[in-house]
Amino acid sequence: MSKERTDGALLLRGGRVLDPAARLDAEMDVLLRDGRVAEVAPRNKIRGSHDASFDARGLIVAPGFIDLHVHLREPGQSYKETIASGTAAAAAGGFTSVCAMPNTVPVNDSPEITAWMKLLERGAVVNVFPVAAATVGSKGERLTDFRALQRAGAVAVTDDGRPILDDAVMGDALRLAAQVGFPVMQHAEDTRRTAGCSMHEGATAFRLGLRGMTTAAEADVVERDAQLARQAGASLHVAHLSTAAALKAVRRGRRNRARVTCEVTPHHFTLTDEAVGEYDTRAKMNPPLRSAADCEAILVALADGTIDAIATDHAPHAIHEKQVEFERAAFGITGLETALGLAITKLHREKRVPLLRIVELFTAGPARVLGLRGRGSLARGSFADVTLFDPSARWTFHTEKSLSRSRNTPFDGWQLVGKVVATIVGGHVAYRAE
Amino acid sequence: MKRRSPTPRRKPARRSRKARSLLGMEGLPAEEIRTLLRLARRMDPHKPRPLLRHRRIALLFYEASTRTRVSFEFAAKALGATTSVIHASASSIEKGESLVDTGYTLVATGADAIVIRHPAAGAPHLLARHLEVPVINAGDGMHEHPSQALLDAYTILRHRKSLSGLRLTMVGDVLHSRVARSNIHLLSAFGAQVTLCGPPEFVPDVAATLARGLRITRHLEEALRGADVVMVLRVQKERLASRKLDAAEYVAGYQLTAERLKIARRDALVLHPGPIIRGMELTAEVADGPQSVIREQVANGVAVRMAVLAHCLGVAR
Repeated sequence: MSKERTDGALLLRGGRVLDPAARLDAEMDVLLRDGRVAEVAPRNKIRGSHDASFDARGLIVAPGFIDLHVHLREPGQSYKETIASGTAAAAAGGFTSVCAMPNTVPVNDSPEITAWMKLLERGAVVNVFPVAAATVGSKGERLTDFRALQRAGAVAVTDDGRPILDDAVMGDALRLAAQVGFPVMQHAEDTRRTAGCSMHEGATAFRLGLRGMTTAAEADVVERDAQLARQAGASLHVAHLSTAAALKAVRRGRRNRARVTCEVTPHHFTLTDEAVGEYDTRAKMNPPLRSAADCEAILVALADGTIDAIATDHAPHAIHEKQVEFERAAFGITGLETALGLAITKLHREKRVPLLRIVELFTAGPARVLGLRGRGSLARGSFADVTLFDPSARWTFHTEKSLSRSRNTPFDGWQLVGKVVATIVGGHVAYRAE
Repeated sequence: MKRRSPTPRRKPARRSRKARSLLGMEGLPAEEIRTLLRLARRMDPHKPRPLLRHRRIALLFYEASTRTRVSFEFAAKALGATTSVIHASASSIEKGESLVDTGYTLVATGADAIVIRHPAAGAPHLLARHLEVPVINAGDGMHEHPSQALLDAYTILRHRKSLSGLRLTMVGDVLHSRVARSNIHLLSAFGAQVTLCGPPEFVPDVAATLARGLRITRHLEEALRGADVVMVLRVQKERLASRKLDAAEYVAGYQLTAERLKIARRDALVLHPGPIIRGMELTAEVADGPQSVIREQVANGVAVRMAVLAHCLGVAR
């Protein structure tokens, strides 16, 4: 479709442009030039001869998707994933920007590692926004240098996977983050109460004889963090929220004027704890799959606007880390390539959530969480990050075709509706479906 | 994911197509349980039958065990099998070999079946997914202990005609008990009326979801009224402590005493999977009393495990 002539301009012709930031839903042409959105105009109104064009008829043209929560595993664990392989999977999933969690080896608690992750040599095909550790070594004791981390490219801080439980440390982190102007992301889990737990506490855990994590172990941390955020005048972002109780805590925090945002994962709105079945380690992640009631509450909150973003918590692991006793298996599943399909299949087709809202959860929502300027929107002058997808295409996800280095997902063989057709990063095609 | 064992199976002709694993009581058809119990009645540990001659059975024990390990070993030998006991502490497992790799190794060295005891729930299921020999669960974490449930049912049936309609009370730490889970599945499948009794820390409300018709009560007297069988579960001191329960309070509320046993039917049986802790979950008087069949349970363990091995290896006749 596209003619290869390169003076940097690309015209996306005839697609249905969904730009939630502008409440725009119309058939439009989009012109990208010099890495920016040059023009969005009704069909055939963009004048001049354009070097390359892309026939987007029948497709949704959306701002590039932003994933707030991805584990790229570099530095240190390239046997699970590399920045190159992880971002290739991201592009295949329609993501033009991913936030890289700091639980690497060593932990990304320094400007040097943050900058290293952004080097051209890493081979990233989408934008990588490091989220740095909030405390040195993510040990929950001494804060890192937020300002230096921000200068090196960090967009937020978190001790993901090792939540900050100490009130004073969390309070300090929030205060410093408020001064610097970025949010603190928290994996809300009172790990003092979840030691030895490998799934959600409920009927399935009881049946399988597995120790379960209570919903309160998540919600109580959210509740406390919201209070601390209010006192500090800071922004708190709740990572991969998974329970109805935590949603209540978010809503209560907002009523008390705390600045709280939250994300949920596709697996938490698609599956319940029953998916663990007979010790299927592909259904083991943290936070764990929850009850049907929690899942239902999340679906409501996705529709009504309580939830700001869909994030994948893409967590690749090698086979030998999953092919072990359930209690010993690593937590986490991959998710970059199935996120859009699951969102459209579950949220749009089944729950009738409008496409504009779904696109918002992938674009304007996460951009707002981080205060990313020029992303998550197709307004003129924005970065030329665009995701084109076919909202009614049926396809089957096969892990052997995944671009990730890992295969740990419960969605292998799932039939999904909604398929990424092309992912454009900075005006260049980063992914194109066969 | 499923990898075949690296070398071709030897002696395919001797392998029966009926070979199967025993991973748990959950979902096991009542007919298969009946077959196993019928088979156990024909097994006599003192009259060896060479049904498993030339067969090799690996007893893979990742956890300490006396009665289960010994009775599986005696059962295998009474059937003429060669056995090898592998302890986690004295094998390659200590060097970091994974469970699945240990399984491949055992099969490669010629094991025809693996009996496994493991502290992690679901470990036998993992093994069974990757191996083509029968895997027999001899206790996995807090999950199941199917051969124990079979020998409990076998013991009850030595004294009662049928399990159907039987009123059975289970007292103690149900939450941490693999014996409880297996027994609940088996007994419910046969239409026994099961009542669970204990403090919420040991008998959470969610326990009632394990099978249809389960009842929970917090009062031992109420639980014992009209009971045909009282199954007492072990209560570990450290579990009481971790749940912030006071041992004296537990004893006061839930210990099975001779006095309390009188509330049950006069001929009610007392079972306990062992090891018993006298003075904790039951008194010595009850443990050694005329209604106790605790030692009988242990004795029946060998015949029942002979039946399990013969059945799983497909040689039962």
